[in-house]
Amino acid sequence: MYQYDQYDQAIVDARVEEFRDQVKRRLAGEITEDQFKPLRLMNGLYLQLHAYMLRVAIPYGTLSGKQMRMLGHIARKYDRDYGHFTTRQNLQYNWIKLEDTPDILADLASVEMHAIQTSGNCIRNISSDQYAGAAADEVADPRPWAELLRQWSTFHPEFSYLPRKFKIAVIASEEDRAAMRLHDIGIELVRRDGVLGARVFVGGGMGRTPMIAPEIAEFVKADDLLSYVEACLRVYNRYGRRDNAYKARIKILIHELGADEYRRQVADEFAHVKTLGIDPPLAELERITAYFAPPAYEQGISDDIDRSDPDFALWLDQNVKAHKQPGYAIVNISLKPIGGIPGDATSDQIDLMAELAEKYGFDELRVTHAQNIVLPHVAKRDLYAIWQALDAAGLANANLDLVSDIIACPGLDYCSLANARSIPVAQKIAERFADLDRQRDIGELKLKISGCINACGHHHAGHIGILGVDKKGIENYQLTLGGSGAEDTSIGKIIGPGFDEDGIVDAVERAIEKYREVRTPGERFLDTYRRVGADVFKGAIYG
Amino acid sequence: MVDIIRFRDDAATDQQPVGLAELTGGSNATAVRLESNEDARALLPYLAQLTLIEVAFPTFRDGRGYSAARILREAGYLGELRAEGDVLVDQMLSMRRCGFDSFVAQAPVDRATLDATLNRYPNVYQPAADAAVPVWKLRHG
Ligand code: HEM
Ligand code: SF4
Repeated sequence: MYQYDQYDQAIVDARVEEFRDQVKRRLAGEITEDQFKPLRLMNGLYLQLHAYMLRVAIPYGTLSGKQMRMLGHIARKYDRDYGHFTTRQNLQYNWIKLEDTPDILADLASVEMHAIQTSGNCIRNISSDQYAGAAADEVADPRPWAELLRQWSTFHPEFSYLPRKFKIAVIASEEDRAAMRLHDIGIELVRRDGVLGARVFVGGGMGRTPMIAPEIAEFVKADDLLSYVEACLRVYNRYGRRDNAYKARIKILIHELGADEYRRQVADEFAHVKTLGIDPPLAELERITAYFAPPAYEQGISDDIDRSDPDFALWLDQNVKAHKQPGYAIVNISLKPIGGIPGDATSDQIDLMAELAEKYGFDELRVTHAQNIVLPHVAKRDLYAIWQALDAAGLANANLDLVSDIIACPGLDYCSLANARSIPVAQKIAERFADLDRQRDIGELKLKISGCINACGHHHAGHIGILGVDKKGIENYQLTLGGSGAEDTSIGKIIGPGFDEDGIVDAVERAIEKYREVRTPGERFLDTYRRVGADVFKGAIYG
Repeated sequence: MVDIIRFRDDAATDQQPVGLAELTGGSNATAVRLESNEDARALLPYLAQLTLIEVAFPTFRDGRGYSAARILREAGYLGELRAEGDVLVDQMLSMRRCGFDSFVAQAPVDRATLDATLNRYPNVYQPAADAAVPVWKLRHG
């Protein structure tokens, strides 16, 4: 894992002091809430329905046991004993007091963490593949590139007041576990003639106008990357729309210009920017890469696992994935207990996951965009002990990628922009499908819920998506089918008129039963939908 | 009298800035004002004649002026580069880094807060229009 040197630490420490000063000026009435708002937003502090919400950055979703423990400590000391892991691989606290925030940031800084650029119209936390460094199919670990981008984008003087927020994802596998093409910039590392470079997609996003990013550059060399991305951002900062917040994302600019024209403008800007010397020497990428060296795996250890405990075997089949190192595996910890709040974890659960990482997992954890936690490097012989510990803490839900592994945004229970509640709908659907045999029979099914069109719950990318809308003051839910955030990226389509809260649960069940009826062997819900088309499902849902 | 915060040793010009259209229409003005929707590169042919470029910030959220400033400095402009409008003290560090060296802010600016803000960060991650050395250069010499 990356570790701060004196420069990184000094910058984060200075940020804490800056925010302490800003909060002091606010509490003393020297600045108005209006003037304070952009400052706190640059630090991930939102004012929500009931309290302040603080969003903590977890760069590319990677953290150590010590960092994880600090998240638990903050939840215990300053919040209501839990935290919420988000689709952007971050963590949010929902019940924060303004006067506590400087101390919280200081606590975070003590373990090399921060809340910098977790909101505001700037370059946000860089996301990545949660299996980075462990997946057999990656061409390289994408995280050094993400860290390079994190440093470059931190307090970037030119890009702190962009037309709108800006999200970057970096992956390095053909299988896309990070919804890369639904980001403002998506980078896929590829190898050409043995040299690692970046394939760059620009202009994806969700929100009210979901778009899949087109390829803008097929290969950018490592030592051109920052110049190239700077050129992409400069064109956007100068020409992105500022007249309408809903049209301000880069996807709209690229849609209006056309990908070819945008590519041409970026090429011109790049030719100029490249002369400015903003790219660090390759030695800097090498320095960072050294921190991501593989852990000291034991060689020649057994791949055998005792499957005699049937509950353990279920979890093994569903939540444990292949690792590139013989004798090792990737463990997914589902934060989706039936009836729970997707992505929530208590302080004790957070501590336990930290402890397991320290004891069995080379001190590493990951947060996934599906709001789960990963122990990326675990010896197979330790799996049973890990499962037992998780099970005792209510964390052994064997539902990864099944219908109850639901992504849901905070919705009307917390969010001031919401039209409808998301969490209760997620809970009802999970309860309807509580039977694990039934879930396993249904197979991979990505169900995603957003409480409004901003799409924080990724509903556009759900095999089944649910969108909360406001219909004459009554909460109403639209159903979309056929979305995907994987390498076969697609945007779901609204299937028909909306439903009330109970109606949407029934509609989901009818869609799933239709799938079971018409699927061919081995077909996932999404595959069947793509094969037979929307009408078949429409008929089943609306009768 | 407007309060100009200046980071230059030379004397401020007393010329009123002309608009871009007037400049490109053949004026020999030495001071120009660039609105936030105007292209900074349109000024490049005139840089030798200019001693003041004022860049408008109609709201603090409109960040186009940051790119305008860098483009002008990257083209070698050494004269006064002024940010005018809804310019907030907490933005002035980024503005300095993009090459602005004078400010006319709508709301009063507390000098002590400004000094603290400008001097708070010991290091920067990326090169810009100022002299700050990025940490990667410190790391690798
Ligand atoms: C509760 C406070 C929140 C507020 C006020 C908020 C606000 C917004 C807004 C306004 C958008 C639309 C941006 C646009 O289209 O230009 C958006 C998109 C998004 N937000 Fe949130 N959000 C909140 C919480 C969350 C949470 C908890 C997550 C993660 C679980 C999240 C992740 C996202 C994602 C992934 C998108 C869509 C990506 C995209 O914009 O292309 N947000 N949010
Ligand atoms: S999708 Fe809407 S309701 Fe849900 S968190 Fe985002 S802004 Fe709030």
